[in-house]
Amino acid sequence: MEWFKRSPWVIHYNATSCNGCDIEVFASLTPLYDLERFGIINTGNPKHADILLATGSVNEKSRQVLKNIYDQMPNPKVVVAVGICATVGCVFQDCYNVQGGVDKVLPVDVYIPGCAARPELIIDGVLKACEILEQKYRQEKRDRKKKNKERKSSHTVQNAG
Amino acid sequence: MNGFCMVYQSFELLQKMLAFILLAPLIGGLLAGVDRKVTARLQGRYGPPVLQPFYDVLKLFQKETIVVNKLQNFAVLLFLIFTVFSGALFFAGADLLLMVFTLALASTFFVLGGYSVGSPFSHIGAEREIIQMVSYEPMIILTAVGMYQVTGSFRVGDIVRFPGPLIFYLPGIFAGFLYILTIKLRKSPFDLSMSHHAHQELVRGITTEFSGSALALIEITHWYENVLLLGIVYLFFAFNPWLAIIVALSTYLFEIFIDNNYARFKWQLTFVSSWLVTAVVGVSNIVVLAAIH
Repeated sequence: MEWFKRSPWVIHYNATSCNGCDIEVFASLTPLYDLERFGIINTGNPKHADILLATGSVNEKSRQVLKNIYDQMPNPKVVVAVGICATVGCVFQDCYNVQGGVDKVLPVDVYIPGCAARPELIIDGVLKACEILEQKYRQEKRDRKKKNKERKSSHTVQNAG
Repeated sequence: MNGFCMVYQSFELLQKMLAFILLAPLIGGLLAGVDRKVTARLQGRYGPPVLQPFYDVLKLFQKETIVVNKLQNFAVLLFLIFTVFSGALFFAGADLLLMVFTLALASTFFVLGGYSVGSPFSHIGAEREIIQMVSYEPMIILTAVGMYQVTGSFRVGDIVRFPGPLIFYLPGIFAGFLYILTIKLRKSPFDLSMSHHAHQELVRGITTEFSGSALALIEITHWYENVLLLGIVYLFFAFNPWLAIIVALSTYLFEIFIDNNYARFKWQLTFVSSWLVTAVVGVSNIVVLAAIH
């Protein structure tokens, strides 16, 4: 069964965003949109999370934090860039201190455009991220099997040698 | 219902233990699902499916488990084993005191797990868990003592078979037990060490550094613990099994309402208030009982 699709846990990080997209992320948790009906929880802890929702154009300071959060998340994990700043940097892209998008730092899987991104779109993006999460899990499982097989075969060759 | 009770009582000791080990996580998980649904409805939301806790746990088993210190997963495993053992003792009708101390031992291993990692959030969570243990432990022991005073036995099997209603002899003990039940079920206002909700100032408290299957085990242990605690509520009304089950379930519902109505207390208030309640309603109940006898 596809359990990742049924219970994706989210961590949200504001990487130099103007707070507009962050308000919309939290708006999607309110009674009107209710993300939790899909089993989505805002965990606030990278070690429990499956999906990283990053907002903002990412500057030199937040780059390190963003990277740190991503590294702490257990596999499989998905990155969602929320808002046009996180996607391409928007009006800030020429600033000297700005990286210009989350994908300059992390491998982004889903881009959610908009300034600020609409809650409907965020929910849609997170559900798309669930599909990718599922794919990544299957890929990982296949890789692990392959690795085990290779290790076993190399082991037997060594023993024979 | 009486037929069900008879079937259960006809089981051997090991069969009773096995029944608890197999059924408790199912009941506990369903209760957790109902909890989330009811909480969502109270907040005007639609809420996740009732089976959501099972989805969460099954997903966590598929996740990668990041281990900071090898002791941490060992501690969680012991937390699970001792909680299950304590619940199995209870539902097999064994000694109530032994069950209480095994449960305390299980919590101690959980605290050790919280301390074994480097994160300061986890350390503060573990410290708060100890404060919670100090707050609720006297009342749990008083519960066992009160039941002994009325029935003349510490054995759960004898207490269940006691013909009179325990609640008439132990109203104070029951009230005190309800108070500390909120701490044990990790509900607001006493969810200091870890919380199931988003409002968490310590990242995730004692479970901050646990991921994947270790976190799933913690969740399952919590289900076992909940069923065990509702079992103790059952004991107060054991003269009528139907009534007892209804009271146990409505107690859980009551805790959900409390959970949704309160902000989190500070640890000082948690500690002082639970000891005050223990001293006022718990000890006085026992003193009055002793005077009557």
